[in-house]
Amino acid sequence: MKRTVRVKVNGRDCEQVVDVRATLAEFLREDLDLTGTHVGCEHGVCGACTVLFDGLPVRACLMLAAQADGHEVTTIEGVASDGEALHPIQEAFAAKHGLQCGYCTPGIIMSVCAFLKEHPAPTEGEIREMLSGHLCRCTGYHFIVEAIAEAARALAAAGPRP
Amino acid sequence: MKPPPFEYVAASSAADAVEALRRYGDEAKILAGGQSLIPMLALRLARPSALVDINRCDDLEGLVESDGVLTVGALARQRDLERWAQSGSPLLSEALGWVAHAPIRNRGTVVGNLVHADPASELPALLLCLDGSVLARRKGAERVIPADKLYLAPLTTSLESDELATSARFRLPPEGAGWGFEEVARRHGDFALVGCAALLALDGARAVSHARLGFFGVGGTPVRSGPGEATLMGREPTPARIVEAAKAAAAALSPDGDLHASAGYRKKVAATLAERALTAAVARCGGVR
Repeated sequence: MKRTVRVKVNGRDCEQVVDVRATLAEFLREDLDLTGTHVGCEHGVCGACTVLFDGLPVRACLMLAAQADGHEVTTIEGVASDGEALHPIQEAFAAKHGLQCGYCTPGIIMSVCAFLKEHPAPTEGEIREMLSGHLCRCTGYHFIVEAIAEAARALAAAGPRP
Repeated sequence: MKPPPFEYVAASSAADAVEALRRYGDEAKILAGGQSLIPMLALRLARPSALVDINRCDDLEGLVESDGVLTVGALARQRDLERWAQSGSPLLSEALGWVAHAPIRNRGTVVGNLVHADPASELPALLLCLDGSVLARRKGAERVIPADKLYLAPLTTSLESDELATSARFRLPPEGAGWGFEEVARRHGDFALVGCAALLALDGARAVSHARLGFFGVGGTPVRSGPGEATLMGREPTPARIVEAAKAAAAALSPDGDLHASAGYRKKVAATLAERALTAAVARCGGVR
């Protein structure tokens, strides 16, 4: 069974016919070629596929593409405003070695985007609780925690963003 | 694509969804937050021939408190309840922090969690402790299912296949009641091995006038502990009496053992958590709910 969806992805309007069995993650990766959204466990545990759905982090593997009709999605490709320079959160991950293989990183960055809006000056405990929704097999998390703290400082120093 | 083939029905109102349920009978599944259903489809543990998506049903939204009763619409996300609970109910607020992770709670609905009836889930035990109920609608009829009549077995409720759970009601604790919430899980956000919620209110003579003690992860359904509550009612909740109540409550449980924890271990942990939750509840008595 097919269905037409109209979704705003990274600020761009898309219209596409999708299979109703396709997840939002499959739609993003296979129909829109936005392969920055990684797929790990495909049942909501690992957090690699996290995207922003109407501004809130959700698992793209736990939603059908058909359910995104009429909504807005932001993926890792839409995080940096001009597509060239990195977003301050991405800069902080690079500067603090907050990634190794990078598989889990896009999902974490999407969660961090929403998290730092609600917690502009997070405690380490708050950062670790947020990170509990993401599995990383390389880093041991310490550098990710430091990267998020650094990103919070950088964003605060840069002042309010539009 | 992992899910088995299904027909997708985008319901536009509760009446629309109920009509679809009448048409498909037990071949249909309601898709609300999908945080349990979509994994079950991906693992092919569920093979419904139709998914009735209620996410466009505006009449199922909302979260309203009135006269001490909180009514949660079928589309209210766990995150919505969490935000409300930050000022409205510290017990619900604490419990929701244990429900999976923020990205799951952003999508997962409260009512969906309640009627999914996972025995290790936090919210069904709270529905029991907060004298809650679920409102069920089928074509041409509506009924209230009290929490103690809702849970039959793991993942099984008394909802009929043509009924839609349109909302849930929680009776907020009496003014001045104290609360406690304890859980043991392997990792943050995992399903509970054992969990416990307690609510206590004291009268002027410091005797217990209202007691609720609930467990999850200790059997096929969430459990409200009659023996634990009876040990406390009408008496002063001294540390010795709390231990007595916790032991009586744990003795009446019949948890299952699995590869994560044996039945005996779960019973021991239940007694310890009940003691901690009740002790915290006594300490909080007299404060805000």
